[in-house]
Amino acid sequence: MIQIKRMQENGVDVLAPVGEIDASSSIELDLAIAKSVGDGFTKILIDCSALEYISSAGLGVFMSYIEEFKEKNIKMVLFGMSEKVANTFQILGLNELLNIVKNKEEAKKIAG
Amino acid sequence: MNYTYKVGCSIENLKGLRDFIRISLKTNGVPDLQISELVLALDEMCSNLMIHAHHCNPDDLFELHIDVKKGSPIVFEIVDDGTVFDINEFSEPGLDNLIHEKRKGGLGIRLIKSIMDKIEYEHHKDKTVCRLVKKVSFN
Repeated sequence: MIQIKRMQENGVDVLAPVGEIDASSSIELDLAIAKSVGDGFTKILIDCSALEYISSAGLGVFMSYIEEFKEKNIKMVLFGMSEKVANTFQILGLNELLNIVKNKEEAKKIAG
Repeated sequence: MNYTYKVGCSIENLKGLRDFIRISLKTNGVPDLQISELVLALDEMCSNLMIHAHHCNPDDLFELHIDVKKGSPIVFEIVDDGTVFDINEFSEPGLDNLIHEKRKGGLGIRLIKSIMDKIEYEHHKDKTVCRLVKKVSFN
């Protein structure tokens, strides 16, 4: 249901979930982020341009890393969301708690 | 129009359930952004039911009914064998707590309550009906 593509650009890890993230597939997102952290990346970009849907299970995965990333000084930036997916983050105000920008260039700037 | 979908309690079935809701609402002229919110709320309700009340047993079945008519609020009914838990009695944790505790759950009920206008339960002898109502502006 979800496929997560992964590529590296100049020391930045870019994860691109393709498809729908729900209660049955959020574990894939969690594992992909954990792998990136385990591999030592401190700049993680989430390319949401092929993300068609996300439920609370997926939102919860992003939320669960906020504190850890603050402690470890890891920057995670989400970009390229469709209007529908962006709306899901906005309903709960998660757009205030996570770094969410329009495109990859802005995301790279924020990641530093 | 009335639509009914019968589904087993495996979270693998959520995708099919979402597609059913999308198509039913789209056919009746509900705008896309509202469809996506309603799909989300119902996905949260049904995944809660599958996971917490039925422990993902695919042999346990429940029904989702959709009553959608232009000019009227949309009514969704989840008809189950009586194991439904009332989300109105569940106090959802604050966002700050979720972040500090690094918890991955707890957001679903908050989403449902934000999206839906009304959530009510009816308990019958051998079944429980959870009714979710939302007023929308039709295309």
